[in-house]
Amino acid sequence: MSKPIQRYTARERSNHWIVAIAFVLAGLSGLALFHPAFFFLTNLFGGGPWTRILHPFIGVVMFLFFMAMAARFWRLNHFTAADRQWMARIGDVIRNRDQGLPEIGKYNAGQKYLFWTMVVSIPLLLLSGIVVWQPWFAPYFPIWLLRIAVVVHALAAWIMILGIIVHVYAAIWVKGSVRAMTRGTVSEAWAKHHHRAWYREMTGK
Amino acid sequence: MALQSLDIKARSATTTPSPNVRIEGAIPVAKLIDISKCIGCKACQVACMEWNDLRDEVGTNVGVYDNPRDLTDQSWTVMRFSEVEVEQGRLEWLIRKDGCMHCADPGCLKACPSPGAIVQYSNGIVDFHEENCIGCGYCITGCPFNIPRISKKDNKAYKCTLCSDRVGVGLEPACVKTCPTGAIVFGSKVDMIHHAEGRITDLKERGYSNAALYDPKGVGGTHVMYVLQHGDKPELYANLPKDPNISPLVSLWKGVTKPLMNLGLGLAVFAGFFHYVTAGPKEVEEEEKTD
Repeated sequence: MSKPIQRYTARERSNHWIVAIAFVLAGLSGLALFHPAFFFLTNLFGGGPWTRILHPFIGVVMFLFFMAMAARFWRLNHFTAADRQWMARIGDVIRNRDQGLPEIGKYNAGQKYLFWTMVVSIPLLLLSGIVVWQPWFAPYFPIWLLRIAVVVHALAAWIMILGIIVHVYAAIWVKGSVRAMTRGTVSEAWAKHHHRAWYREMTGK
Repeated sequence: MALQSLDIKARSATTTPSPNVRIEGAIPVAKLIDISKCIGCKACQVACMEWNDLRDEVGTNVGVYDNPRDLTDQSWTVMRFSEVEVEQGRLEWLIRKDGCMHCADPGCLKACPSPGAIVQYSNGIVDFHEENCIGCGYCITGCPFNIPRISKKDNKAYKCTLCSDRVGVGLEPACVKTCPTGAIVFGSKVDMIHHAEGRITDLKERGYSNAALYDPKGVGGTHVMYVLQHGDKPELYANLPKDPNISPLVSLWKGVTKPLMNLGLGLAVFAGFFHYVTAGPKEVEEEEKTD
């Protein structure tokens, strides 16, 4: 067996999981207030008023730690020519026909799209969330702005949740990925197969 | 506090039918406020405080008659005084008793995420059940008349109940009971419209050619109506909206988009699952591991 390659440091992993836990809590408490079908989720947070109290604070934690994570990974998520070629063959990627895909760096185009989706939607959630935050901030904003904010908040949350569904599924689908975020390493074969340019950079091969 | 003797027409955040077994239901009621008869004595404000056990903070005089200056969790009705020069050299003092309009299509109820925090009885009264209120303020977003107020004491939303507890046992609302000039009357909505017609005819004879009933269709009509001397210009009356309706943004937010968004999330999860059981996982080939 070849030596595993370090993909994420302990700090990066902790940062990711704080965002992930905050996302799950903010997502569940947010869905509870989004549609009556999910109102039962308020029970997880100690009832309706507690859900309303906790949700925004969880959201702020998610925002702060996400911004820290985004700063870490910002430059790695710029699109390249290889990303465009990879994206052109997205159908093959989905069908697991990976032969002859362009060599890509630490992140592929799909991962980069997710990154930028989060970079847009999370600050939108924060800004619109502050506007409707009862009882602290909402009373200071005009009602027309509250109406815009609730729509922006719901829409941004929906896009974010969809993005995370794709993100979680991709981690389950591409075997060997989860350990990158739990233990910090990936196998050499994994790196070589999925992120060859990054593999070359890391190993010099 | 639910009134078990009344049918419920609509209930917030509820997708199944509300208790509704009575054959006839209740007769739709209405409170009619005849602004041309109001003298601004504020007895209705006092009666409201007394019946509902409310005591607002004593404020300071800021040079206008409005007192308190705005609706609060303790003041469910407020007289709004407008000095208006309706035509050159003719000043009129228009005094509007502001408070919940009890819309037939209530924006607050539509926006509320908490099951049963807002109910609409079959007699038309829209009532907040504060024990179910979570304090999110969505009702404020939904209301076209800027009525609900969240209490700083308990973070619950409050507004005029149309004295549902009195009406439920056959009494008129406290403000109606106390009004010394008969500017506020209460009864079935049909009777109140009829009564208003008589008042409007009278006003027209006295030179108010645009006198009209305020029962805005944009919110399906209201169970609190006004007789306006200047029915063509409701905004003269402390910015009473001319054509109120539930904001299209609120309808977008609470309408068909939500089930569609739920469906989208569900489909995304299913798509992932079925991709896994058809296309299968992406595994790195064995031979690649060894080189």
